[in-house]
Amino acid sequence: MKTVKSPFQFPGGVHPRYHKDLTADKPIVDLPPPATLAISMSQHLGAPAKCLMKPGDHVVPGQLIGEKSGFISANVHSPVAGTVKAVEKRPGPTGALADAVVIETDADQPAATAMPPLDWSTASREELLARVEAAGICGMGGAGFPTSVKLNPPPDKHCEFLILNGAECEPYLSADCRMMTEHADRIRIGVEIMRRILGGPAVRIAIENNKPGAIKAIEKAFADISGDVELVVLPTLYPQGSEKHQIYATVGRVVPDGALPIAVGCVVENVGTAAAIADAVDRGLPLTSRVTTISGDGITEPKNVRAPVGTSYADLAAFCGGERGAVRKVISGGPMMGFTVPNLAIATTKTTSGLLFLTDKSVFQYSSNPCIGCGRCLRACPMGLDPSAISCAMEAGDVADAEARGVMNCIECGACSFGCPAYRSITHFCRRAKISIRARIAAEKAKAAKKG
Amino acid sequence: MLDVLIALMPAACCAVYFFGLKAVWLIAVCVGSTVGAEALCRLAMRREMSVGDFSAVLTGLLLAFNLPPDIPLWMAALGSVFAIVVAKQIFGGLGYNPFNPALAGRAFMLISFTGPMTTWTKSAWTLSAGSVEATTTATPLALIKKGAEGFDWSQAAFIKDLFIGNVNGCIGEVSALALLIGAVYLLVRKVITWHIPVSFFAAVFVFAMFKGGVPPLVHILSGGCVLGACFMATDYVTSPITPLGKIIFGVGCGVFTMLIRTADPANGGYPEGVSFSILVMNAFTPLINRWTRPRPFAKLKAQS
Repeated sequence: MKTVKSPFQFPGGVHPRYHKDLTADKPIVDLPPPATLAISMSQHLGAPAKCLMKPGDHVVPGQLIGEKSGFISANVHSPVAGTVKAVEKRPGPTGALADAVVIETDADQPAATAMPPLDWSTASREELLARVEAAGICGMGGAGFPTSVKLNPPPDKHCEFLILNGAECEPYLSADCRMMTEHADRIRIGVEIMRRILGGPAVRIAIENNKPGAIKAIEKAFADISGDVELVVLPTLYPQGSEKHQIYATVGRVVPDGALPIAVGCVVENVGTAAAIADAVDRGLPLTSRVTTISGDGITEPKNVRAPVGTSYADLAAFCGGERGAVRKVISGGPMMGFTVPNLAIATTKTTSGLLFLTDKSVFQYSSNPCIGCGRCLRACPMGLDPSAISCAMEAGDVADAEARGVMNCIECGACSFGCPAYRSITHFCRRAKISIRARIAAEKAKAAKKG
Repeated sequence: MLDVLIALMPAACCAVYFFGLKAVWLIAVCVGSTVGAEALCRLAMRREMSVGDFSAVLTGLLLAFNLPPDIPLWMAALGSVFAIVVAKQIFGGLGYNPFNPALAGRAFMLISFTGPMTTWTKSAWTLSAGSVEATTTATPLALIKKGAEGFDWSQAAFIKDLFIGNVNGCIGEVSALALLIGAVYLLVRKVITWHIPVSFFAAVFVFAMFKGGVPPLVHILSGGCVLGACFMATDYVTSPITPLGKIIFGVGCGVFTMLIRTADPANGGYPEGVSFSILVMNAFTPLINRWTRPRPFAKLKAQS
């Protein structure tokens, strides 16, 4: 495998302070199964899984507790042996309520019930795809798109490049970095499996240059891999991990507005997802846990923790020595695109990449001022929009103008708000515009359906 | 904002060096008036106090820089109040003003107090060489406007005077050197980009080249060209937001500056065009922004 420097750079982007030194060198530690888990049926993009459990049921590790319902959906499995205490609505990090299976964990934890291991080099494409689907794997980079759907493009779309996303461009987060450093061999198996499923595309592994340890580990694990495989070292720039921008940075292709990466022959998958695919195939294990970075200046022992899905944030915090100092803000995810949470009663899902505890030293309260036209947001926007004009339009309630300026292409990365000297919540204005526009389109569709 | 104030310190020092205590008073009165006017305005408008953002201080300083050393202080105060109340706060404050407040204040004063705004009583400036007597001209621009027969425009001593600031003029505009030091500071700190100053200077240069007579360098170093191009035309609120927009803006400013400067004096042409050219281009900024939208990501050229 060759290591190359990223041949192209997308315009825009920002350079936040990364603070990765808090956890980048800390090996992954396993959280012992907590006393209670609250496993959401809505851990992925698409329709929530259909809950198969009721209170009083006993579950074993690896048991299917939520069934995929619809084309874009995913299975959900129990990480532990235990008794179902309740099936009730629980809030996720955005506050949205979803059905969750609350399990009281047994004292004794038997080995997980595995599906039969498959030999990826001889199994058929369909068998491998079925296994990925059965294991409930979804994109672990944060979006949670059901992987079996992504790896199965329509017959008229051919995958030329499989891009492995090891950028991890958000500040503080180091879960993917540790996965690459410690489990590069598992990632390799995941890549081999995905390659077989997708019909042998070329492979590009994208890693930001602030992760030298991960780069070395991947180089070592992939040294003798066959075929067109390259490690592309990306400059450290936010949002290097954004799908469209990573595709441009590695292979120079531009995904058109409103289209998916497969439109330009690319499939992008997170390195954590690749490792999960490996576990599903050669160990027969469904996706029931993930690595989360717990960090920030408000937590006593920052760590990279592998925890079962459904672990409460409170349990994670306790495992890391508890809060330290006056914590002002707790963020689920990264500081650029994550969600500020009101309490620690929220549970992890397959996409919880980070949990940040921030004190007065890291955050401050501000009030927004009018736009002064400095243009920093415009220079930062990786999608080439004019965030200042969009924010002014939304302030005036002019959603139509925001739409005309292409706000539907906004990826909500937060680069615009990041540099604003007037402390304007520009990303939120863009989000509100998108929500208004989506609601309008949905209403129009409903009206048209009613008519027809 | 603080960065811009820091960048203007060399020019402020030169103002005091060349014009003495008069400059100190002028700056003090202007800044005091702009800050006071803004504070009172915000109270009257029942909006939150905004003087803490230092924009009023900057307006006061820049207005002072654009005034002759002997202007009566009450006129300077009135101009400052106009700049803040009429050209800025009435529109909603910082971010909403369509025109550069300091230049609007200067234009108000130029029309209302034309005599004092165009009277130069400093006698210390003498041309180091040449056949024109110092007492018959006031500023380098007046010399250009009058047309100096047989005057050697490219003599080194003259250029040096223009560059360092040993000439007559408004207190903050004379020293190109001090202003350029500040401009470089702003470029390094990424407060301004090169687009507006460079296109402004380029337009002046090319126009002067084609016009002939007075060397382009003299035009650039005379009057408020350096002050205007680096510190006034680059104001975020009143200039275009995209790089191409800024270039169009800068070129427009340069062209209008030269049109005004080189217009026939018999028909009442002003010697200085920078203030008016920037104000005119400010009016074009929304249109320029409409013409020069940023390039969306989807329009990037695919590389493979």
